[in-house]
Parts: sequence; C-alpha cells; structure tokens
Amino acid sequence: MASNTLEQAEGHFEMFQIMNEEGEIVNEDAFPDLTDEDLQELMRRMVYTRIWDQRAVSLNRQGRLGFYAPVAGQEASMLGSQYALDQDDWIVPGYRDVPQIVWHGFPLYQAFLFSRGHYHGGQIPEELNVLSPQIIIGAQIVQTAGVALGLKKKEKNSVAITYTGDGGASQGDFYEGMNFAGSFKAPAIFVVQNNQFAISVPADAQTSAKTIAQKSVAAGIPGRQVDGMDVLAVYAATKDARERGLAGDGPSLLETLCYRYGPHTMAGDDPTRYRTSDMDDEWEKRDPLVRLRKYLENKDLWSEDRENEVVDTAKEEIKAAIKQADDTPKQKVSDLIENMHDVLPPHLKDQLEEYREKESK
Amino acid sequence: MAQMTMIQAITDAMRTELKNDENVLVFGEDVGQYGGVFRATEGLQSEFGEDRVFDTPLAESGISGLSIGLSLTGFRPVMEIQFFGFVFETMDGISGQMSRLRYRSGGQYNAPVTVRSPFGGGVKTPELHADSLEGLMAQSPGLRVVIPSSPYDAKGLLISSIRDNDPVVFLEHMKLYRSFREEVPEEEYTVDLDKAAVKREGKDVTIVTYGAMVHTSLKAAEQLAEEGIEAEIVDLRTVSPIDVDTIIESVKKTNRAVVVQEAQKQAGIANHVVAEINEHAILHLEAPVLRVTAPDTVFPFAAAEDIWLPDYTNVVEKAKTVVNF
Repeated sequence: MASNTLEQAEGHFEMFQIMNEEGEIVNEDAFPDLTDEDLQELMRRMVYTRIWDQRAVSLNRQGRLGFYAPVAGQEASMLGSQYALDQDDWIVPGYRDVPQIVWHGFPLYQAFLFSRGHYHGGQIPEELNVLSPQIIIGAQIVQTAGVALGLKKKEKNSVAITYTGDGGASQGDFYEGMNFAGSFKAPAIFVVQNNQFAISVPADAQTSAKTIAQKSVAAGIPGRQVDGMDVLAVYAATKDARERGLAGDGPSLLETLCYRYGPHTMAGDDPTRYRTSDMDDEWEKRDPLVRLRKYLENKDLWSEDRENEVVDTAKEEIKAAIKQADDTPKQKVSDLIENMHDVLPPHLKDQLEEYREKESK
Repeated sequence: MAQMTMIQAITDAMRTELKNDENVLVFGEDVGQYGGVFRATEGLQSEFGEDRVFDTPLAESGISGLSIGLSLTGFRPVMEIQFFGFVFETMDGISGQMSRLRYRSGGQYNAPVTVRSPFGGGVKTPELHADSLEGLMAQSPGLRVVIPSSPYDAKGLLISSIRDNDPVVFLEHMKLYRSFREEVPEEEYTVDLDKAAVKREGKDVTIVTYGAMVHTSLKAAEQLAEEGIEAEIVDLRTVSPIDVDTIIESVKKTNRAVVVQEAQKQAGIANHVVAEINEHAILHLEAPVLRVTAPDTVFPFAAAEDIWLPDYTNVVEKAKTVVNF
C-alpha cells in the first residue's frame, strides 16, 4: 500500500522534453515562443559559453584565473533558463552559475575578477539584478524567497530565480527556502541542476527520492523534471514557472537533468576517481550543443562558418576581458576596511588610518 | 514623558520606525496578530497591517534569508529570533551572509537588518532560551551587537539600530523586560551606537559591564559605597564594537577595573575588554583587571540558576580584591 502510494506520486514527475538527441521535435505542442533569431542567439550563447569554459580551464591551469567551477554540459540548463527571464528579474546564483549572470549583463572581466578573488568582482553594476555566486550551498535558496517576497511587496512585474545542484537539495535551506516562498506565494523559481554528482557523491546517494522535482510536494508547490540537455525544454519550463510567479500563483521547482563534462572545480578534483568513461560517453551523446546544432542545420539556420565566427569572437572577448582584469588596480587593506560598513565604527577608523599610513610608504 | 518598562519602550521604538519609514518590516515567529511571545510587537499588526508586520514559518534560517532578500529589494527588515539560543539555526544567515553583504559586493549592496532577540537568565526558562551568545556575534566582522539595560536606552538604541544601514544584532535581556519602569520620551530620539554610558560615577574602581549585570553592578556599587569604595559603572550598551575611549578614560581616573558579564568566562566579551585596557592603559593600572563571569559549563538547569549566575556579591568581592591588591 505505502509503496504503491510512492509510485503513484513519482509518476507525476516524468521528464519534460521537447527536442530529442537527434535534434528532432518530439513534443510539438510544447514548442516555445522562440523565433529563428532567438534559436540562433541561444546557439551562439551556448557555443560562446563552451569556449569560455575551455578557456577558463586553461587560464586556471596557467594560474591566470583562480576558483573556477566548470560548466561544459550545462549550457542548456543555464542559458535556456536565463533566456526565459526579463531584464528586471533577479538571479541569485550558486558558485557554478556564473554564465547566467554574465548573460544577464554582468561584465565578463568582473566574472574573472570574482574567480581571482578581487572585490571589484563583486561590485554588481547599478540596475543589474544579480548577486555574486553563493559559496554556501543552500543560502541562495532562502535569500531568493526573500527577494521574491520583496518583489511581490513592491508590486514589481518580475521574479527571482536561483540555482543549486543535486547535492544542494539535501540542505535544510533548500527546504526552508521553497517552503517560505510557497507560504508567502512569492514569485520565485528554484532550479536544481542535477548534474549527477556532488563532487564525488552520486545523486542517488543524496536521497531515496526518485526525482528531486518531487521534493516540491513538501512545500506544496509545483515541481517539474526537465531534460536539462534540451535548451527548448528548459526555456519552456522556466517561462511557465515565470508566468505562474507573475500571475501571483507562487513559486516553482525545476529539476534539470544534466551533466558536467569537466571536474567539480579546478581545485584538484579528479572525476576519473568516481566516474566511468562509459558514463561520460553516454552523456556526451546528449550534448545540448550537438542537439540544437542538428536542429538548426536541418532548417538551414546554422553553419560551420557561423559557428567559427562565434568561436573567434568569444576568444577575442575573453582575451580582452582577461586584459581588463589584469589592468584592475590591486586591492588594498584600506579598500577592504572601507567596504565593511556605511558608518565605520571607531576601531575600524583606527585600523583604516593605520593601513593608509602603511600604504602611503 | 511616560513611565515605560523596557518591553514597552521596545514596542514604542518599532512603532516609531514603522510610522517613519514605509520600508520597515517586522516579522518572525508569532510576532503578528499574537503580538510576540513577550508582547514586544503587541498591537503593531493591527496598526500597520499584515503587509508590514507578519508571521513567518517556524525556521530561523529562512527568516534571516528572508531579511537578506528583502534588503536587496529595498526594505529595512526588523526580524525576530524568538530566543537567542535558536541562533545556531541561522548562524550562516547572520554571521555568514548579512554581515558580509556590503563587503562581498564592494559596497554595492547592504543589509539594513535589525535582528531582535531575547536572552538572559534569572527567569527559569527551559533549555537554550537564556544562553548569553553575544560573544559569537561579537566575533563576526560586519555586525554590530547592542544590549540595552534600561527602557530609555532600549528605545533610543533600537531606533538607531533600525536606522543603521548595516546589520545590528539587538539583544534584549528577558529579566529586564518588565523589572522596572523609567521615564521614556514619547517622541522619537536616538541613542548613539558604539557609545558606552557611565551609569554611576566613582573614583576607586571601574566596573565595565552590560545587560542585566549593569543592575547587579549598581547594587554592588551601593554595598561598596557603604564600605568606602566608590565604583564607576560603565554600561557598554554596544558590546561590539566596544567603546574603548570611554573605558580607558574611566580606567585612567580610577586605575582599577573589573569586567562583569553574565556569560561564561570563555564566552562573552570580557576578554576583549581586558585586552583593550592592557593595550591602552597598562601604565595606569594599580592592579590586574579581573573578571566576574559565569562558570565554563553549559547554561544551568533552571533550578540551578541561582547558584550559577553571577550576583552582586561576586562583583563586590572582585572589586575589593582589585582595590586591596
């Protein structure tokens, strides 16, 4: 009886897909409101981000970048969801979610400064509604509930979206954030990018739940499992969740099934210790870039020349961004002290004076 | 002017700021229609509406996450943690997140959050209600920690805390909520953060203290006066950062000091006060600076509070030791 109930519940969370691995549309009714130009732009962004990921890994190895969490494989999940947002929407990213904030308008050179550990990498430009990548897994979820409630109270026509991984869905803050947003009917979108591993721990070791999407039931909010390698499905699901939020119907949980081709981070992780090459091969067949490329090529909307152009532009812009990061003035302790408070308390005023004197020598 | 208890002064401060600034929001567990477990928010929801004063689900981490998110969208949150022993549920939200928001964004964002929370022994609460955990907060850069000891200070300090553009942890001693009344102006006024107050002038020994121990120390001072020792009582009011200038000025006058706190010896902020005195006034000292604290055990079972909490006789004893050193 009990297990029957569980099966019934899990039956509600079947994976949502629009385009299959061959780039064929398998769910015509769900095809989103995207023009040919939109689809080309999505392809451009995914190719650009793949190149950026490759360059970032290499720049990290050269010591020209610091902390970096690879994103190859997650382009559809990251960029398809961001593409469904309006400019006024808030993004509250986790540590891997740098592409979303960059495509929302955060300058690439500042993303590189974030990687290196420079405070200017956290100085979000005025009017851009994003936060710096969150390192404490789960903290972004409860904060998003607050941002979304704020947007609702200020009667803004916008939503807050946040991202975590499959491991993050085991945190208390994940449940609290979803539950708070549900209780306040706040316009939030919670995206769990299930890339199969939390460092070395496989997703099925995090929970007995068959899907992460079904965890939405605990908060009494809709949940949906999406093919995270299918940019059309991710876009469409995010768009639906956004519309629900704007209509005052509250938050949604989206689980995107995806994969990271690279290591967890560039800080010494070795995926061959926990992942088989068979598994890598299997997921490479589902590559979100290959899929959309096939679809677009079939419609004569994409070509090798076009792709090469994107690659060249990406490489040039990345080079320029690294140069701009290099040219950023070094941090001083006095800068760090000044950023602590609006009105500095006496002990920090003393220390500011002390360091300014040292720095003037 | 009106005679108010500390809890009435606190309610009055919130009412003042809810009136002054439409971005002020008051929320927490049972703070809405119920008016708070200590009646601190009594009447506020009916006066300002459910949009401004509201209940939350029972989850402290969620409450501080809510505060940060609301800050980012232009609000000025006044959140309540029902008892400060529950802060462990939200150490990340307070010490890991809101304290760092201005710094991590290079000044682009800030969290003008006031975290109100009751604490303190002497009222026989169950486990983890009364613990003095201000020391944990005091070690988090980016936070101010305020502990009033009187109705007048409570109102002025709370208004200052709410208006501060950075997070302030505002700790309210449960024993002081209704223990006495004081003249409190009905109009708005502020008491400066980061400033201690001399609550009794004296020339023989400085007693640096805060919270309920201010009253314990004042009682000790009466006893000491009968024995010819005039103690000067410095009420820190803001325990992080501490007002070093006021402390040092007093120590330079009396040449002797005792630091009194309700927290355990290894906790609280007494060690910091002693270190500052050593650094800034060692040549003025006639005796070592001693501490009156609770013992280094877990906060006592209710029936053992009387033998565990520091009382005025402990203060008298330590003051005499430094005077007769």
